[in-house]
Amino acid sequence: MSAVLFFIAAIGAISGAIGVVMLRNPFYSVLSLAFHLVSLAALFLLLRAEFVAAAQVIVYAGAVMVLYVFVVAYVGGGEQLSSGGVLRVLGPLFALGLVIELCIAMLGAGLKGVNSKGAPFIPGFGTPAHIGSLFLTKFLLPFEVASILLLAAAVGAVVLARRRRGLEPDEQIELRIEAPRPAWTGTMAEAAGLRGPGQEGLAASDAEAVTTAADSSNREGGW
Amino acid sequence: MNIGWYLVVSALIFSIGAGGVLIRRNPLVILLCLELMLNGANLALVAFARMWGNEDGQIFALIVMVVAAAEVTVGLGLVVAIYRRRLPIDVDGLNELQG
Repeated sequence: MSAVLFFIAAIGAISGAIGVVMLRNPFYSVLSLAFHLVSLAALFLLLRAEFVAAAQVIVYAGAVMVLYVFVVAYVGGGEQLSSGGVLRVLGPLFALGLVIELCIAMLGAGLKGVNSKGAPFIPGFGTPAHIGSLFLTKFLLPFEVASILLLAAAVGAVVLARRRRGLEPDEQIELRIEAPRPAWTGTMAEAAGLRGPGQEGLAASDAEAVTTAADSSNREGGW
Repeated sequence: MNIGWYLVVSALIFSIGAGGVLIRRNPLVILLCLELMLNGANLALVAFARMWGNEDGQIFALIVMVVAAAEVTVGLGLVVAIYRRRLPIDVDGLNELQG
């Protein structure tokens, strides 16, 4: 039973990976990667890594793939399949050599456990309770460093992708907000006596333009 | 199933990702292929964790996922910035690192 599940999940993962590389439209590549990730989560479950499998489905196939889909929809467009000439031939050859080399390195390493079904069953292996207690005791420093890394990545992405003024000439932001106000409605000018009941000259127009001008001269055009 | 089968699958996934990084030209698809390589490494880590009966490999896989998420956010931010500046979405056309 586990062998059947393994082959189904492995074929799904590998075909998803080939689809990512071979499909022309980046949108289909993203969908193929989502399929690959779900198949890989099944493989993780077969290896008794239930928390990793759940995190894979939720974080990768959920959040990261949604981010990819948004960016592909924003940027859009297909492309020619591959780069020219040399790399198109050398790329698959390099991949083939890498497969052979990795298989020789890992299967020929002389590790006895490679040809076994793994360590005997330990109750609670890979459950969130075990992983969580490891994260908070033995691996506390990597846990905190990972949080700092995520914060730095979030700030960096915002700085990179934000709208920079001065680089896009076709998008002028309107800085002056003009709100016409009728006379005698308690404006600042009336309170200061600049426009009183006897001064018709100042209230020649019934509407006073309150101008809020953002000081655009102080702003730099981006970092 | 023996652990060796999982290692073979992880080697295949890693190599497909590496070949994709070499073949494709769209930076978005190159990022996807990087994800493939990281996932192949993750599968090997989890397989070794199963082999030794030790959860340290699973912790390592989770940290790799965190690093991959950070890499994706910065990479997609770069792609969006490239698109905003009307530059070609093509790694062969982006050969100058100027501001």
